[in-house]
Amino acid sequence: MSVLVDEDTRVVVQGITGGEGKFHAEQMMEYGTNVVAGAVPGKGGQEVSGVPVYDTVHEAVDEENADTSVIFVPPAFAGDAVFESLDSDLDLAVAITEGIPTQDMARVNKRLSETDTRLIGPNCPGLITPGEAKLGILPGNIFAEGNVGLVSRSGTLTYQVVDSLTNRGIGQTTAIGIGGDPIIGTDFVDALELFEDDPDTDAIVMCGEIGGEDEEEAAAFIDDYVDTPVAGFIAGRTAPPGKRMGHAGAIVSGSGTGTAESKISALNDAGVPVGDTPEEVADHIEEFLS
Amino acid sequence: MKLHEYQAKSVFAEAGIPTPDSELASDVDGVVAAAEEIGYPVAVKAQVQVGGRGKAGGIKLVEDADEARDAAESILGMDLKGYHVDRVLVEEAVDFVNELYVGITMDRGEGKPVAMVSTKGGVNIEEVAEEDPDAIAREHIDPSFGMHPYQARKAVYDAGVDQSVARDVSSVLTTLYQLWDDKDGADAEINPLMVTADDEVIAADAVMNIDEDALFRQPELAEMEEEAAGGDELEQKADEYGFDYVRLDGNVGIIGNGAGLVMTTLDLVDYYGGEPANFLDVGGGAKAARIANALDMVFSDDNVDSVVFNIFGGITRGDEVARGINEALEQFDEIPKPVVVRLAGTNWEEGMEILNEDLVTVEQTLEDAVQRAVEYAGEVNDQ
Repeated sequence: MSVLVDEDTRVVVQGITGGEGKFHAEQMMEYGTNVVAGAVPGKGGQEVSGVPVYDTVHEAVDEENADTSVIFVPPAFAGDAVFESLDSDLDLAVAITEGIPTQDMARVNKRLSETDTRLIGPNCPGLITPGEAKLGILPGNIFAEGNVGLVSRSGTLTYQVVDSLTNRGIGQTTAIGIGGDPIIGTDFVDALELFEDDPDTDAIVMCGEIGGEDEEEAAAFIDDYVDTPVAGFIAGRTAPPGKRMGHAGAIVSGSGTGTAESKISALNDAGVPVGDTPEEVADHIEEFLS
Repeated sequence: MKLHEYQAKSVFAEAGIPTPDSELASDVDGVVAAAEEIGYPVAVKAQVQVGGRGKAGGIKLVEDADEARDAAESILGMDLKGYHVDRVLVEEAVDFVNELYVGITMDRGEGKPVAMVSTKGGVNIEEVAEEDPDAIAREHIDPSFGMHPYQARKAVYDAGVDQSVARDVSSVLTTLYQLWDDKDGADAEINPLMVTADDEVIAADAVMNIDEDALFRQPELAEMEEEAAGGDELEQKADEYGFDYVRLDGNVGIIGNGAGLVMTTLDLVDYYGGEPANFLDVGGGAKAARIANALDMVFSDDNVDSVVFNIFGGITRGDEVARGINEALEQFDEIPKPVVVRLAGTNWEEGMEILNEDLVTVEQTLEDAVQRAVEYAGEVNDQ
């Protein structure tokens, strides 16, 4: 079992003819993902690595029964690409693109509330169900099949934690990178709910970072609804206020909201241990599972 | 990206928001000439992007030419919280009876813009928000429709703005939202919006921050960015190289890939008793030349005593990283600062084979690498 993605997921890659789109579409297929189509305006009729390309996402859905989109479209056009996926009755859209203007995402966010499509990202590494399928750019070889769900705002930090788990023989049900932007589709609460409802997920890792209040909301949700044990990590304890730490969303505001302290204490209050190091997170998970 | 006050004011004025007469000056004679032209009293205001300019001596009210000269001499060239002042805005002093606050920002929790109005202008609005949250009226805006006229009126009346100026304040708020929307604003703010004895409103200060990810479609503002740039020399260099870089006060230089992992590396330096000197994210898929540039950047920071290089490759390949490190280090007869390297993820074995281990210290785990770099930085300080 897993959440959101498995071997039956039928993927259309938006931007499959671009350098990154092509490379990662191939990597996804190599991992076993069922990539059924590409969508690039003006490139309909072509093929990329054996995958038929359509001009629109709608055609890819009509012709190939795609139910999920992975978006590798440059930031200037990515907001529009997300709208196209939301308007094509897909189950899931995963936006990898970094650097989409925030106002574009505010409009997307409004549209999300009117559709049944779930959005992951943007500015995220995607998600993976080890042994079945991956959507995005995560390096498949560090993951292993298992019973830990993982949700994170950061790509490489996810890899760091997953590596610690896998090295100890602890595998994952699904790992979800929700992205480092201020406005994202699926948030911690959504992901926690999915893992809580997944019978095969026996423990959850949640990697947050400074900026915003999503981790605090997640802590309240865990307190009220989540029985599965959760271990946390929060990056950015040493970040100065007012400075954007790489991710557009990773910023402690001048007035002091979005600090690591606030998030760590909210999680601790909800009974979630927060590791001082990524290895400590793996220690907690090992303890939960023993 | 933050606009200077004079830039934001010119953008606001062009959109029809009333602003005081003003002129930019960069030398003492220019300040006096501008003041004479505008007519006393005038305010002489340092154009640097730090808060609390007034308290720090960066804003002076002057009544005549002598005072203008004195103010210009003291402000021009001064160091204001680490920023060199090379320009001042000379501005008509407004006689006011009331100070209001109006602002637009993105409420990230709601994923929507929010308009804010308060009658407690002229002071730090974040303090007002903390101490007396009800003193700020808030109105969330549907970004696909824009702000309805009634919403501007509602925010203004909810805040308790006097009826005699409510119409004008609503109109300023409406214009401010349009600007925010058109110019890809992150924040747009007028604090204070002054009310004069004859019920006129005038923007005495102006804040406009632009979403950096949208500068590609804001060419006019992107041009202003060159003038707005300033501050730390290393941060400017990082801009040229296209790195996400933040300079800090410590002595352990940090290079890594991916924001979350680099932040974590900083935190670990602190956790193991060291002090991080910087945040430097080389981004995804960095090639050898980029890696060499990153090392060059961190080496050129005099505060740095040791460097930890932590790469967990997803789309970044260990062999490219190793080549970049060799390339950067082989040009030195003696390595300027000890470098600790930890490679994991994609092609890390290939990277380890390529890496010239005579030039760096290799560690297998993130924790070990950070501890070693902290140790090296401590040794330098002990000498």
